[in-house]
Amino acid sequence: MLDDKDRIFTNIYGLDDPGISGAQRRGDWDGTKKLLDLGRDKIIEIVKGSGLRGRGGAGFSTGMKWSFMPKEVGERPHFLVINADEGEPGTCKDREIMRHDPHKLIEGALIAAFAMGAHAAYCYIRGEFFREAEALERAAQEAYDAGLIGDNACGSGYKFDFYVHRGMGAYICGEESALIESLEGKKGQPRMKPPFPANVGLYGCPTTVNNVESIAVVPAIMRRGADWFAGIGRPNNQGVKLFNISGHVNQPCTVEEEMGIPLKELIEKHAGGVRGGWDNLLAIIPGGASVPLLPRSVCDDVLMDFDALRDVQSGLGTAAVMVMDKSTDLVRAITRLSAFYKHESCGQCTPCREGTGWMWRMMERIAAGNADINEIDTLEEVTRQVEGHTICALGDAAAWPIQGLIRHFRADMEKKITDAKAGSPQAGNPRAA
Amino acid sequence: MTDKIEFAFNAENARKAKEHIAKYPEGWQASAVMPLLDLAQRQNEGWLSQPAMDYVANMLDMPPIRVYEVATFYTMYNLKPVGKHHVQVCTNLPCWLRGSDAIVGACKKSLNIEMGETTEDGQFTLSEAECLGACVNAPMIQINDDYYEDLDSKATEEVLEELKAGRTPKAGSQGVRHTCEPAGGLTSLMHQADLKTEKAGDT
Repeated sequence: MLDDKDRIFTNIYGLDDPGISGAQRRGDWDGTKKLLDLGRDKIIEIVKGSGLRGRGGAGFSTGMKWSFMPKEVGERPHFLVINADEGEPGTCKDREIMRHDPHKLIEGALIAAFAMGAHAAYCYIRGEFFREAEALERAAQEAYDAGLIGDNACGSGYKFDFYVHRGMGAYICGEESALIESLEGKKGQPRMKPPFPANVGLYGCPTTVNNVESIAVVPAIMRRGADWFAGIGRPNNQGVKLFNISGHVNQPCTVEEEMGIPLKELIEKHAGGVRGGWDNLLAIIPGGASVPLLPRSVCDDVLMDFDALRDVQSGLGTAAVMVMDKSTDLVRAITRLSAFYKHESCGQCTPCREGTGWMWRMMERIAAGNADINEIDTLEEVTRQVEGHTICALGDAAAWPIQGLIRHFRADMEKKITDAKAGSPQAGNPRAA
Repeated sequence: MTDKIEFAFNAENARKAKEHIAKYPEGWQASAVMPLLDLAQRQNEGWLSQPAMDYVANMLDMPPIRVYEVATFYTMYNLKPVGKHHVQVCTNLPCWLRGSDAIVGACKKSLNIEMGETTEDGQFTLSEAECLGACVNAPMIQINDDYYEDLDSKATEEVLEELKAGRTPKAGSQGVRHTCEPAGGLTSLMHQADLKTEKAGDT
């Protein structure tokens, strides 16, 4: 279990003042100029050395991503774009950073932008987070007023502007190229890659898109050192991480923990345990709606990090842990996610636009028992035809939860169908017996 | 879209629009289309009429069709009138696991309307929403700009009753906790335990 002294987000619950005086008392904006004085190369080296992997779901090395930006700023300006379009079902960690510890994000944005030669950062925040956007705007204004950002950020002579841009309700804008399109004033439809944003991003200029949490941990890494961050967790899965624990637990909560904490320990230490006890656990989705669920047998000893969850055919994703106890109708649960992906498909690629609808309709029928057993194989085949055949990962995200359900709980799906055929009154829920 | 009423920003929104446009590089004023449509919607009683969209298109020197594309793509733009209070119930998985079906039922009962409908007095519109990103505070609803979290049927009805009476209910958690900490007591940031007691006293 992580020690309080190693926690970065020391106001994650908003119990203390989120404003600049509170933030400075907690160590933000302390000697930021000295950090900038280290220079671009050194900053990127430290972030690389910390082992920080992107906290938005994909888990790509943050320092490596920064190093893809052109070394020299040419005719086209560089941009930092912060992805605050938090919409992955189960995920609500960036929200807490923005409303309770916003100065960590703004200071991190200055350091990151400086390291990449960007003089402007756009923070794209989901439109529903209206109060969070207000909190962030307030913090940015405080930072401007204190000279920490602006024409001469922290007295470094470096010009840096921080802008808040509100989205207006589209999950797909969490995909970085769709986010860039949206920021340019268009429909949020993902772009083909290449070219990658580091070459052709916002306004056709070199751009890096980073998740809120990835940026907000940077000042702490700079102050405490790459080795401190890298020393927490396991090799290739280092540092601290915000976890969201929702669903059938006694005390749903958000908590900062070490990467690689055992899933069971995370739930029992912080979320008050599974409702009805660990033995009442049925399945867990460990990293947001897009990752396949884990049956209880896997949950017993799996670790919460990128590699451990990949090894059990799931993923850390956004570290949004959704717990489902034995009262859960799992087929219904996954059907709800299928409805979500159908709703959020941007419509650009045929396999996703049509496939998310097919998958949802088949799931609806299976959940109602109105299907043939062999249609489960057809459904599986449809997921394989969507997966990997679209511009962005939304198609994959729609396919994976269903694949996970078939892999681990095919018997539940079959029982729905056989019960319905037999006219069983329990057709609604296979576990109601 | 038969509405032919002219639309123009009031002085305050005209000023705000200018501030938004100034955030983006010269020649990229189209970036301001989303915030400007939001301003227009707020000024126009919560929905976007065609004159409002055309006004924004003209202000940003965009072909109107590009503005309509944006207005129809994003779910937060309402293309027809909505009630004064737009009640959006999250029914995605984390909320569903914690009883969003009952919250939907409580809303329908309290407002006496179905999903997608508006009350006769124009006060409330009820909608189903996708994940609103407050999952550890499930189930929850959004009403206009505020979140109401940690709900049960009774708390939901109370929030709606307050609004019906013309009052503003306290936003955020309707349960015993401050925000997203474990309800039974802190398990981290132990030095803030006294602050928690203080905040809990406020609620």
